[in-house]
Amino acid sequence: MATPEPLIASAPLDSEGFARLSARRLLTLAGIGMILAGMIFGDIFAVFVLHQNAAHVGGSLASAAQAAADGDVAAVASHFKNTGAFLENRGTKVDTHVHLIAFGYLALLLALVQPWVKFAEASRRRLAWLLVFGAVLLPVGVFLIHYVGLAHSPLRTIGWASIFADLGGLLVLVATIGYLVGIGRHFLLRQAFQPDKLLRDRSTAARWLLAGGLCLILAGFVHGAYYAASDLYRHEEADYKILSQMSSAAAAHNQAQINQSMTDYGQLQGDKAVKIAAHAHIIEFGLLAMLLAFFQPYVQLSEIWKVRWAGVLLCGSVLLPVCVLLEMRYGLLAGGIADIGGLLVIVALLAMWIGTLRYTGSVDAMTSGAQP
Amino acid sequence: MSARQILLLGGISLAILGMSYGLWYAVFAEHQALDGIGHSLSSGFQAADDRQVDVHGHWIGLAMLLIVLAIGFDHVGLPEKIKLQLAWALFLGSALFPLGVLMQTWSHGPLPRAVAVLGSGLVTVALAGMVLGLMRRQNA
Repeated sequence: MATPEPLIASAPLDSEGFARLSARRLLTLAGIGMILAGMIFGDIFAVFVLHQNAAHVGGSLASAAQAAADGDVAAVASHFKNTGAFLENRGTKVDTHVHLIAFGYLALLLALVQPWVKFAEASRRRLAWLLVFGAVLLPVGVFLIHYVGLAHSPLRTIGWASIFADLGGLLVLVATIGYLVGIGRHFLLRQAFQPDKLLRDRSTAARWLLAGGLCLILAGFVHGAYYAASDLYRHEEADYKILSQMSSAAAAHNQAQINQSMTDYGQLQGDKAVKIAAHAHIIEFGLLAMLLAFFQPYVQLSEIWKVRWAGVLLCGSVLLPVCVLLEMRYGLLAGGIADIGGLLVIVALLAMWIGTLRYTGSVDAMTSGAQP
Repeated sequence: MSARQILLLGGISLAILGMSYGLWYAVFAEHQALDGIGHSLSSGFQAADDRQVDVHGHWIGLAMLLIVLAIGFDHVGLPEKIKLQLAWALFLGSALFPLGVLMQTWSHGPLPRAVAVLGSGLVTVALAGMVLGLMRRQNA
């Protein structure tokens, strides 16, 4: 016989706001699920595709430069085409990762503001389904762009995968506009903010996540401002300059200069990539921590474990961007620690998602128990 | 208009603006650029402008931050007047910063950079104010 856990679900169950198939429950579970899927996809992409792809891009560029030095026009065109395909492969994978996570954040945000959306529950639920459907369709479509290409497409430059991706984006846009109208109605009717269980939580885990998240975002902004002031324009200028040097060296059959330009270009791209990745990840993790702070009442775990998972999430959120920044100096060692940071965030998020699932089970059990 | 209304309505409006811009860019520019990049790397580089993606990403990212802060505004322990000023600074900064970045695709003069710097400065200062307010509340 199952025994009740006194330390778990000390907060009263929100059977009305988090009812079965309610818009808030759908957006909450789908939101955390999408963030998890996006992060796991990002990890798999980083380990199995990103590094190999970067090597292919570098190899193709080197071959193109060599072919130019040899005067082989057909080979240059072929190598450039290959480089383009590798860049497209990388771009669509990054877009899949980013959009899945961003739509997860949006779903969580909209779950939080549900009490202020002045529509009937059925309409809110339809908007939630529309948003979730579009939010899944867009990343899946973007992922397939590289593989489907222009096959059977009625258009000259846009393939079916792109068409469905754009349709997904449009659905998310429509759902978001719908929620904005609902919130606008709430304000137009001059209704007071309803007391909401999620916004009243002052638990230790929630406070840690809120304060930690805000500090992470602030650190990300300061780093972004520093990057823009010190590196952004220098990088853009160097990008063009190195490619020009490479072309000139190829035209002059100067193999030593070609090799030097290749090395410089690789260094530049690496430097750009780690700085932008660190900036983006620290802000995204900060936002995630702040969002999860509000959902702590729905995480049905004991208080001590909620604090532990909050600590693990914040620890991983600092470790990943810092180690990504150190990757250019310490190479794979820093990269490996950064991956561990990402894994910590994923594990903590998974634990909170399971805690939320337990909460839904309790709410459903209570509801079905109340109805004979 | 209350501080929370500014952040909430402003945040969702900016998110819609960022999504609309992203959709427009995807349909009318990016797919063609992706197609071109496979045939001609040099023309692909010219067409695929990183700044356009930055504008889309920053507008939506900042919008989500505004909405989160609107939701957690009760946790910020500052007088209402200051909270209202912080909310306006956050909203204006969040709108101006990506706009400045977008303007850099049209002009390389000092004005776009000034707009971007002003926007990012407003957001950073306002966010620092929010952190202070949050710490005050937590210590109280």
